[in-house]
Amino acid sequence: MNTADQYLKAIYLIQQEDNSPAATGRVAEMLDVSPASANEMIGKLEARGLAEHEKYKGVSLTDDGIVQARDALQTYCIIERFLINVLDVEDFRAEARELEPVIDGTVAERLDTIIDRKSECPDCFDPELDACGCLDVEPLEEAAAD
Amino acid sequence: MSLQQRVDSDQQLARLLQIGIVLEEVAEARANNHRESLPKPDAELESLLADATEQSAAHRDRLEGLIAELAADSIPFDEINALVEASYGQTKPEDFDGVLYDQLCNEETGYKFYDDMIEAIEASDATFSVDRDRLLSVLRELRDAERDAVETVTTIMEERE
Repeated sequence: MNTADQYLKAIYLIQQEDNSPAATGRVAEMLDVSPASANEMIGKLEARGLAEHEKYKGVSLTDDGIVQARDALQTYCIIERFLINVLDVEDFRAEARELEPVIDGTVAERLDTIIDRKSECPDCFDPELDACGCLDVEPLEEAAAD
Repeated sequence: MSLQQRVDSDQQLARLLQIGIVLEEVAEARANNHRESLPKPDAELESLLADATEQSAAHRDRLEGLIAELAADSIPFDEINALVEASYGQTKPEDFDGVLYDQLCNEETGYKFYDDMIEAIEASDATFSVDRDRLLSVLRELRDAERDAVETVTTIMEERE
């Protein structure tokens, strides 16, 4: 996965939640980057035919963008589940975010052979939980308070 | 959130090395399983799988040497072997072509993993507890061995077409 994939994943999740184009500010907030950085990367995604940006409305993924975003989300789900199930990592969210730019989809597929991932993945991903909804993990607020 | 494809800390490096160990363990366990369940004797494939098993075990040792210097734990092979065994029934190749394809996936995954990791370390100016030059030298050797293994498998695949 690379940083473009992280943007695609964020836009996809916001679009799913709001059922409308994703505001650039929300994308920047989700990724904890400046609006200027978000605008720059969204421009690159547009140039690659993965997203369309409409002034005052926000950014929407094209069909190709949606396919790539879902692949990226699936890779993220595999990394999280692998960290929890195999390596028993407590702070799996933070580590998954650190690892996702370095772990390619090919590598994730091999890790996927030893984790018990559900067939509904990645649709089971819960943005509020920042994890697969099928995983038995603490909500974000409780995990942060621990 | 880190949006950079780079390795910035001992902890992140140790975690990636652990993942490398798991990938080698998966490759070793799957190659063993393939060898034991070939539909009929095939000297060439048996030799390929035996070499692959040996190579993965050797790579694991190299990675464990690095991880020991970072004061992180390795992942016991028994644990990963049990996970591979548990899922092997659903993911087992059905014929010689399937075995070769799975073996190709093992080697390509290893190549891609080490190549990405080298790039991410090179992109960072972080200082690690393990000597940076030696770390990169070991990872490049492992990557090159995986690339050679990919070539070996693809040559056999082409010859059998």
